[in-house]
Amino acid sequence: MAHELPYIAAIGEAIAEEMARDESVLYFGQNIATHEDDPFLKQFGADRVRVTPISETAEIGMAVGTAIAGYRPVVELYMAEFMLVAMDQVVNEANRFHYMSKGQVKVPLVLKAGYGFTCGWAGQHTGTIYSMFMGVPGLKVVVPSTAADAKGLMTTAIRDDNPVCYFHHYLLTLEHGEVPDGEYAVPFGKADVRRAGGDVTVVAIGWCVDRALNAAEQLAASGIEAEVIDPRTLAPLDMDTILKSVAKTGRLVVVDQSTRHGSAAAVIAAEVASEGFGSLKAPVKLVTALDATVPYSAPMEEYLLPNETKVVEAVQQVLGNAPVAA
Amino acid sequence: MPTEEELGLLRAMWRIRVFEERVGALTRTNEVHGLVHLSVGQEGVAVGVCGALRDDDAVYGNHRAHGHAIAKGAPLASVMAELMGREGGLCRGMGGSMHLVDVAHGFLGATGVVGGNVPLALGSALALSLQGGDQVAVVFFGDGAVQSGIFVESVNLATLWKLPVILVCENNGFAEFTPRSAHTNVERVSDVVSPYGIERETVDGNDVVAVRTTFERFLAKARAGGGPFLLECLTHRLRGHYEGDPQHYRQALADEEWQQLDPILRLQRRLGVEGEKLEAEARAEVDAAERAARESPFPPPSLTAELVYAR
Repeated sequence: MAHELPYIAAIGEAIAEEMARDESVLYFGQNIATHEDDPFLKQFGADRVRVTPISETAEIGMAVGTAIAGYRPVVELYMAEFMLVAMDQVVNEANRFHYMSKGQVKVPLVLKAGYGFTCGWAGQHTGTIYSMFMGVPGLKVVVPSTAADAKGLMTTAIRDDNPVCYFHHYLLTLEHGEVPDGEYAVPFGKADVRRAGGDVTVVAIGWCVDRALNAAEQLAASGIEAEVIDPRTLAPLDMDTILKSVAKTGRLVVVDQSTRHGSAAAVIAAEVASEGFGSLKAPVKLVTALDATVPYSAPMEEYLLPNETKVVEAVQQVLGNAPVAA
Repeated sequence: MPTEEELGLLRAMWRIRVFEERVGALTRTNEVHGLVHLSVGQEGVAVGVCGALRDDDAVYGNHRAHGHAIAKGAPLASVMAELMGREGGLCRGMGGSMHLVDVAHGFLGATGVVGGNVPLALGSALALSLQGGDQVAVVFFGDGAVQSGIFVESVNLATLWKLPVILVCENNGFAEFTPRSAHTNVERVSDVVSPYGIERETVDGNDVVAVRTTFERFLAKARAGGGPFLLECLTHRLRGHYEGDPQHYRQALADEEWQQLDPILRLQRRLGVEGEKLEAEARAEVDAAERAARESPFPPPSLTAELVYAR
């Protein structure tokens, strides 16, 4: 059975279900639980649900310490950029303790961070920064694109014994979708083939998955069948599914809202070039944001971002139907 | 006649002193490689604090943590094997000098980034208080860490949440290669935290008995549900920031000055004890630890990729 929920509520449902199931799950964050009617506070109490000062380094570091001590903290960070304030704790403490201690300790931690809020939030609250974390040893990186995955990946993130950066897209916040009832866990490292097709592989991440699916519908009208793959997690990254698809189609377009040179798309393209070059019938195309800060003004913001038209053009290029020069 | 407890303090300091001097020698033959920070001169703090704790109390050390780990109970042979990168090391050679971890003895870890360990101890303290026991968390840091934002954030959070954590500052007057006067106008760390209402005291960190006495007072209150506390220990780092540091930034102490400060000699003078026998005992123990470390093989290189994720 399933029910319809907005993406953001599906995340909350997973956290609440895991907190009910497992007393070791804690919930920390700025501006959470600030009034007594807060549903988390009412259900789970002030010991487990705690508002923190605007002190990201102490907040995340303290959460790492509770994780080392056996708890499973979820830290609500709101904007992904706020994680950057505490970079040492995220990429140099949380992720390394298990390894450097030869496995004596584990750090089951979830850092929940919204990203990509490209609707006038300008330069410092709009970054698509998941790719900064996907090459950091010890971290897992999750990028749900649907309400169901938002729930299922949060459940898995909380149950995972490693630090997980859980990136939810702010422009998907109120997108509704069918969400399975009760406990629902989506495994990490398993891409979802959202649309089958034999002409071209389109790998799309997070918010870009819907852009890619829309583009695929437009292409289908002219007889081009795109296979659209959502990796769902960037670390671990399911290259097998991507390479199998490319072996079938011989063509690859990767769609990613990140800046081009810091994108997951660049990593995926490099892996395909390294491990699947023999399958390729055309150069790989990347459809990413420009290597620029997100501008405030709407037309410039739109200019910077990937969209359906850019995906369609890229597919036409790898099929040899359009000039390759960008 | 010195009491058994007083002799225990001396013995514990000698073990760390002889161990670290040996590590220094092994860095010069490159048998201990990489970046090594020794705490020679500061043993009174580690021993005064850790010797009062139990295995189920959580301790975090910093980049200069050999003494913290040993005082908390980490076996000398396992620490030496770790520093020599061997399979038998505390962390199978995955961590090395700056990242010793010995969970069995409540040494939850040392971190290499100045200040990075302070909130981890807050997390331990929160966990311990949620579990309702009388255990405490302790974190060691230097006076250099106090100027970092993470320190003030942590003091604020610890006091706000009344966490059972004891913050132990080893104020040796130098933040890495720079005197405290070049970092801040505030001379005493205990003054930095005064607005937060944290109970605090500054002691002579080279007087191990003073460290122990004050720490035990805080510890008793923390075990009874109090906290947090800040213990500032004024001490002296006899060696450089790291082994090999040419120390252009300071004048070495004259021998006579050092003998007045040395926490081991001071306690021996006070107790009327000669150190030769205790030193020889420590040397025998360190010899055995070094032998055991040498006999331990290097870990299989494949381990490198196996431990990235907890399974």
